[in-house]
Amino acid sequence: MQTASFRTSAKCLLALLALAGVVGGAMGLAGPPWAEAQAKPAELKIGIVSFLSGPATVFGVPSKNAAEWLIEKYNREGGIGGVKIRPVYADEAGGAEKQVAEFRRLVLDEKVDLVIGYISSADCLAVAPVAEELRMLTVLFDCGTNRIFEDSKYKYVFRTKAHQVLDSVAAAKYVLSVKPNVKTIAGINQDYAWGRDSWESFRRAMLKLKPDVQVVAELWPKLLAGEYSAEISRLLVAKPDVIHSSFWNGDIIGLVKQGAPRGLFSQSLVVLTAGEHMLQDVGKDMPEGVVIGARGDHWFLHNANDPLHKEFVDGYRARYGRYPIYPSYHMYQAVAGVKAAYEKAMKAAGGAWPSLDQAIKAFEGIEYRVPPGRTMTIRGDHNGIEPAIMGLTKHDPKYPFAILDRMMVFPAAEVNPPLGVKSNDWIDSWKK
Amino acid sequence: MTVAVVILLDGVLYAAVLFLVAAGLTLVYGVMRILNIAHGSLYALGAYAGTSLVLVYLKTGGPAPLMYLALLAGAVVAGAIAGPLVERLLLRPIYGREEVVQLLVTYSLFLILEDVMKLLWGVDPYYVAKPYAFLGTVTIAGVRYAWYQLLLIAVALATGVLVSLAIRGTRLGRMIVAVTADREISATLGINVGRVYTLAFTAGAILAGLGGALVAPLISVAPGMSVEAIVLAFAVVVIGGLGSLEGAALGALIVGITRAAAVQLFPEIELATVYLIMVAVLLFRPRGLFGEWETRRI
Amino acid sequence: MGDPENMRGGKALPLVAAAVFGAAPLVLPGWVTFLLTLAVAKSVMVLAIALLLRGGLVSFGHGMFFAAGAYTVGMAMKWGGMREAVVLTFLGVLAAAAAAALLGLLIARYRGIFFAMLNMAISMVVYAVLLKLYWVTGGTDGIGIRTPTILGVIPERESLRLVMYYFTLVMTLPAFYAVHRFWTSPLGFALRAVRDNEVRVEYMGTSVARVIYAAYVLSGALGGLAGILTGFSVGHIVPDLAYWTTSGEFVFVAVLGGPASIPGPLVGSIAFEFLKSYAYKYAAFTWQMTLGVTMLAIILFMPGGLWTIYEGLARQGRQWRLSWKRTG
Repeated sequence: MQTASFRTSAKCLLALLALAGVVGGAMGLAGPPWAEAQAKPAELKIGIVSFLSGPATVFGVPSKNAAEWLIEKYNREGGIGGVKIRPVYADEAGGAEKQVAEFRRLVLDEKVDLVIGYISSADCLAVAPVAEELRMLTVLFDCGTNRIFEDSKYKYVFRTKAHQVLDSVAAAKYVLSVKPNVKTIAGINQDYAWGRDSWESFRRAMLKLKPDVQVVAELWPKLLAGEYSAEISRLLVAKPDVIHSSFWNGDIIGLVKQGAPRGLFSQSLVVLTAGEHMLQDVGKDMPEGVVIGARGDHWFLHNANDPLHKEFVDGYRARYGRYPIYPSYHMYQAVAGVKAAYEKAMKAAGGAWPSLDQAIKAFEGIEYRVPPGRTMTIRGDHNGIEPAIMGLTKHDPKYPFAILDRMMVFPAAEVNPPLGVKSNDWIDSWKK
Repeated sequence: MTVAVVILLDGVLYAAVLFLVAAGLTLVYGVMRILNIAHGSLYALGAYAGTSLVLVYLKTGGPAPLMYLALLAGAVVAGAIAGPLVERLLLRPIYGREEVVQLLVTYSLFLILEDVMKLLWGVDPYYVAKPYAFLGTVTIAGVRYAWYQLLLIAVALATGVLVSLAIRGTRLGRMIVAVTADREISATLGINVGRVYTLAFTAGAILAGLGGALVAPLISVAPGMSVEAIVLAFAVVVIGGLGSLEGAALGALIVGITRAAAVQLFPEIELATVYLIMVAVLLFRPRGLFGEWETRRI
Repeated sequence: MGDPENMRGGKALPLVAAAVFGAAPLVLPGWVTFLLTLAVAKSVMVLAIALLLRGGLVSFGHGMFFAAGAYTVGMAMKWGGMREAVVLTFLGVLAAAAAAALLGLLIARYRGIFFAMLNMAISMVVYAVLLKLYWVTGGTDGIGIRTPTILGVIPERESLRLVMYYFTLVMTLPAFYAVHRFWTSPLGFALRAVRDNEVRVEYMGTSVARVIYAAYVLSGALGGLAGILTGFSVGHIVPDLAYWTTSGEFVFVAVLGGPASIPGPLVGSIAFEFLKSYAYKYAAFTWQMTLGVTMLAIILFMPGGLWTIYEGLARQGRQWRLSWKRTG
């Protein structure tokens, strides 16, 4: 009967399981082959993951472009220590589970030497433990969650950018410098982790810097809701002095389109902490006097004459028809960081190609130059820190889109928590 | 007082959008007893087509008010092309099959249309700001609204009334009612049931496209619109009762006003309002507010 | 279509399958084994959907049970500090079954479109709750699922994938067995009858609501198990698990593999997992279209799904053997 055959197959399975356990254990006894320095590889294969489909392509495609441009430049100049770079591009779409599978495919099937990628915080959080398990050097280049290195320690995972606290703290400081008599604030953020974290950081920072500020509205439209008529009405009724929003892509467009004619942007000072990436898309429809964050100091007109920056902006624009935006800068920081780390490790190893452990050691604490012409620092906790630029939108006849006026550059130490201190604790500890 | 007026106005505005989307869905179900999961894709199709046509028109530099015609034309053309194609090729072969099969077929259609739109329009968002801003604003209860929003409400109302009248007053409308009530008898009476089905589905597609095109000036049109739209449309249709146009209107109003109230008074709950209402209605009045029980032949 | 055929020729099949699945990871490359692990884990959910399909019901909301199982485990690990895989699995399945038992009281009254839509609506509420309770569930950031201990033993890093594969395989056995027992029990036969004509079933004296309720609770428990096993392997769970498009994917796989048998979901799940990987790699813009067209093709031309290919071949094989016996 069927029952009997199931019992038999169960027995077979248990036997096989035992066998596998023995085999697996035997394999485990052999040591890992990646501890010593090796001969130079024929090429350095890098897996590069970003959104190539779906709503986040507004970040994904410019970052892929930047990778393409920079890797070609490096290869023209001889690669990393004479080894050419071969990029393998992958799509970040499909959700955390899909990305875990894709990561394994890149590592085990494509056999990449390291992975650079990830824009979505959920993907970063999902992939990091897998990187540890597979012992694969992974450089997160764009995700904003502060959780990654505050909640866990990773050996093989780095992030070559600051996390979202930078955007909100810089926003709070800038707002208070532009509008020191702020009395009421409101937030309209997408109802998911990014929106929640961004608002939380901004709110805390504002209340710490000016304790008598009142929060008059906290709005949580769904991510990609698109239609904000009711939210805008609420904000028009509440009349806050400052409105904070971490909206991105199409949602910014919706907010601007629906809010500007109704006077939202003239009634309140609106802060778009991630606004820089949409300036070229919104074009002349962008109202003036909107506070824009660039998630770092990634503004193409800042330090425009620095040779490294100029080369990047001109080269990117010539090839892709647009000015680079912050995802492009973040990708630059990642690829440049890898090159810098490997070169530093090679020097320490006397010219030999470094092992993975040596490369990781070199990465920790490394400093290297990036556009817009400053030093990038990766700290001991594997997180990067950056300065932040905030500015107000202003139309300029030279450009078909709004540019930043009254810019302030906040040094990295002012907008990033010190090493070892959690973001919220840091904000809470401010004296003023 | 201000808050009450704002809730009402925003609620009716959202309801107008919902109604346009849901009307087509409920019409198709009423006539053909098929719940079209791809309805959201037809909505997105109208948005893309309308936006594209307006962008093309604006480049030609013609008189600005005509851009609204371009918007509507885009929607109508998209629906008029997609409707008969889908009905003839996909739905004809599966009439009379199980409900489950029909659901799966429309789900496949949804998957296919998603990629068709990506292939035709790419993944970058499209947007056109002029239609929304052009008509200016008006201040009601101390809050500024765009005339376009009020126009939207008017169009939705007009559409609802027109469709209702068409069904009751015209010969075609009466044929639709007959086919809805009993397909076999209608056929024996000489009504070309196949043609009625095609017309009904096309009307549904055009309505969906109209909804999309009218909403397009508010938002940026990008892939993924349909996924949200279909859930909302289902919710409204289920609340109002499958097959009932009046039900769709009432359902849209309930959802719209509740959501506006949530945003004004209790924003945390906004995300879940639609689904909660849907579940509540299904719990207490499963056939919907104006729905009728299906009689089953044994 | 037949279950009689399954039973007769079927003695060899489970043994062959056990051998193949047991030996597979020893010959296949690492990441293929990982995909296989996921496919096997998810096949349990597909089985659940297939079960309901055979009763004439389709649910576009079973992602909520997938999420229920996964999040029970995730929260138990995160807030309760638990780590033992077997205990966690048991807990998660219990939670999912309890959820199904509760919801089934309401949902078992519905059929057809309403059944599908009500499941969808409730799963969207679950999604919204998981998303909103950010400080508890981690919202869209999700919850990381660390490597569990298996019967008290922490798996070695090198053999982790192998261990997870066999753990998943072993855990799915009771699921397949349970469905098989259900299907050959009076409840199972009644479920088939309900699909054909439920009024007659009522007239025969069997409570249709009870039959559907039983099937629903079983399907919920299976869905939870699938979510738990997938969560262990992937290591990260997100609220998207409860979104209606996730449920839709499972429905697709059920149709792909063929709902009319037990191996169908397994075959469909494996085919789908690999199809997804390669389609993503080569055709990012058209992979949904590919799925849609495939589904249509199967519905219109091969309603029994991929498994009918095997059944067709098996039938041919039997006929050849019979004709030998007659002539030889």
